[in-house]
Amino acid sequence: MTVISRDAASAASAHPPDATQNQRAARWLERTDRLFFSLTFASALLVLAMFCAMFIMLLKGSWPALDAFGFRFFITQVWNPVKDQYGILAQISGTLITSFLAMLIAVPIGLGIAIFLTEICPPVLRRSIGVAIELLAGVPSIIYGIWGLFVFAPLFQRTAQPWLIDLFAPVPVLSTLFAGPPYGIGMFTASLILAIMILPLIASISRDVFETVPPMLKEAAYGLGCTTHEVVLKVVLPYARSGVVGGAMLALGRALGETMAVTFVIGNAHKIQSSLFAPGTTISAAIANEFTEATTPLYVSSLLTAGFCLFFITFIILAAAQLMLRRLERLPGGTHS
Amino acid sequence: MSDMAPADLLYRRRKWRNTIFVSLAIASTVFGLLWLAWILTTLLFNGIGGLQLDLFTKMTPPPGATGGLLNAIVGSLIMIVLAVLIGTPIGILAGTYLAEYGRHTRIAIIIRILNDILLSAPSIVVGLFIYELFVLTMGHFSAIAGAFALAIIVIPVVVRTTENMLRLIPDTLREAASALGAPAFHVIRLVTWQAAKAGIVTGVLLAIARISGETAPLLFTALNNQFWSTSLLKPMASLPIIIFQFAMSPYEEWHRLAWAGALLVTLTVLGLNILARILSARKH
Repeated sequence: MTVISRDAASAASAHPPDATQNQRAARWLERTDRLFFSLTFASALLVLAMFCAMFIMLLKGSWPALDAFGFRFFITQVWNPVKDQYGILAQISGTLITSFLAMLIAVPIGLGIAIFLTEICPPVLRRSIGVAIELLAGVPSIIYGIWGLFVFAPLFQRTAQPWLIDLFAPVPVLSTLFAGPPYGIGMFTASLILAIMILPLIASISRDVFETVPPMLKEAAYGLGCTTHEVVLKVVLPYARSGVVGGAMLALGRALGETMAVTFVIGNAHKIQSSLFAPGTTISAAIANEFTEATTPLYVSSLLTAGFCLFFITFIILAAAQLMLRRLERLPGGTHS
Repeated sequence: MSDMAPADLLYRRRKWRNTIFVSLAIASTVFGLLWLAWILTTLLFNGIGGLQLDLFTKMTPPPGATGGLLNAIVGSLIMIVLAVLIGTPIGILAGTYLAEYGRHTRIAIIIRILNDILLSAPSIVVGLFIYELFVLTMGHFSAIAGAFALAIIVIPVVVRTTENMLRLIPDTLREAASALGAPAFHVIRLVTWQAAKAGIVTGVLLAIARISGETAPLLFTALNNQFWSTSLLKPMASLPIIIFQFAMSPYEEWHRLAWAGALLVTLTVLGLNILARILSARKH
């Protein structure tokens, strides 16, 4: 790997013709060169500093709450601004449950779309569907939220929700998970909207990952008489495994921290309930709904602690995702881009 | 012939499995695209009626009255422009460091990973961070705090695309310029930046598209403002926040404006994405 030598200017000035003018020009070049390098380096360090500052500021802000409640803060679900008592178990569990459900729905469908685009789709449609999915990945989350609130939730409340409640009523475990009354909004609706939102992301990352599989490998398998099913299962997926897992974790990171799509439809109830149709809350929804209304310092600090938790959880997930995606780049035959 | 039966059976079973597999993949594509099409058509259907001249000329109304979204549109524009002005130079310079100077040094690898994490970090956390950093120290919500929050989202996007684009430039170009005696600054300014110009601009467009719809980082930095205000030191309205506020309200007229605003934001974001795509396609 060739890195441009920063001594290029000084090397040029080592053998000047004879005029001092050239020397001065060389010195000026050297100085601007060094200044430019420091500017780029400082900017790069700023990214690092930004990250560390976020970590430190959030930790500092959450100190009062951690000091007052200790570890109890993470394992209780009291959320009482009147008595100034807080615990974020309900938010944490809401965040994890909605994201988990969203992944459960979006990962298989997203993989299906990626498989369709790389192995099955006729070339004419491939580009347009691919572009459509990439564009949809850019639609702001508030759009999903407003759609969920005004269109999906009322329709769901009238049609599918009562039907599901009746359907699962005689089944032991499912009857508690899908217990009424049908509110329309709630944990399940939030998960579904999250799933729709991360679907284009999973589909487009998986498609990119599938496209790194060397065509030779696939053609060899097809040449042996393998069906599409066998090629995908035994060649494409094993090769692209770490990329697919990395992409899914990236989507999980998005889902965990997603605010607006969830805030609209989750119902903001600080309580862990057994039914998925019941209203709940997530860390980000609680912060979005209550931060500007938080009156006591302890209230603000509790919300900041919740934010710190969210940052910490997503940091771990996203760091793991990066490591998985980077591993893919080092595979033999993969494209390095 | 009896020994042919198992092979025949296996063949049929494999074919059958394949049919199921392929149909499942097709079904999931149709299913996924249907939801997304449903969302976009309802958005178009509900928002198109509100896209009138009033939307761009009148202020946000009090409950029960009619009006437009002028102050929110202008507020969004001001904060987006500021965020891009703050974030783009930093992003381009940092991306240049990673691609030209840092490359495989340990610090560059760490910065690259942290930058990618910031790229998908929860935007509400960015809002909290700027609240702690600016709003608390200044003592009040302000447009400039909102712009800083958006700038933090711009930087990682620009860093990533700038680095990617610069790395596509072949090293032979750099070496040719260096061999002529050009110092690194000139090589980068006159050779690599020139060659990667379209890609870098694409990155900036994508960053603008990303922050146009961001709501969470503005919630407690720029807050909101029912009135016309261009002061950077005062709370400022923005489209996403107004959409949020109006959609959560019980008033019919506010709902109508929220839909119109949502359509406006989506069209902007999609338009910017398409523009970025055309720009980068022309390059390659």
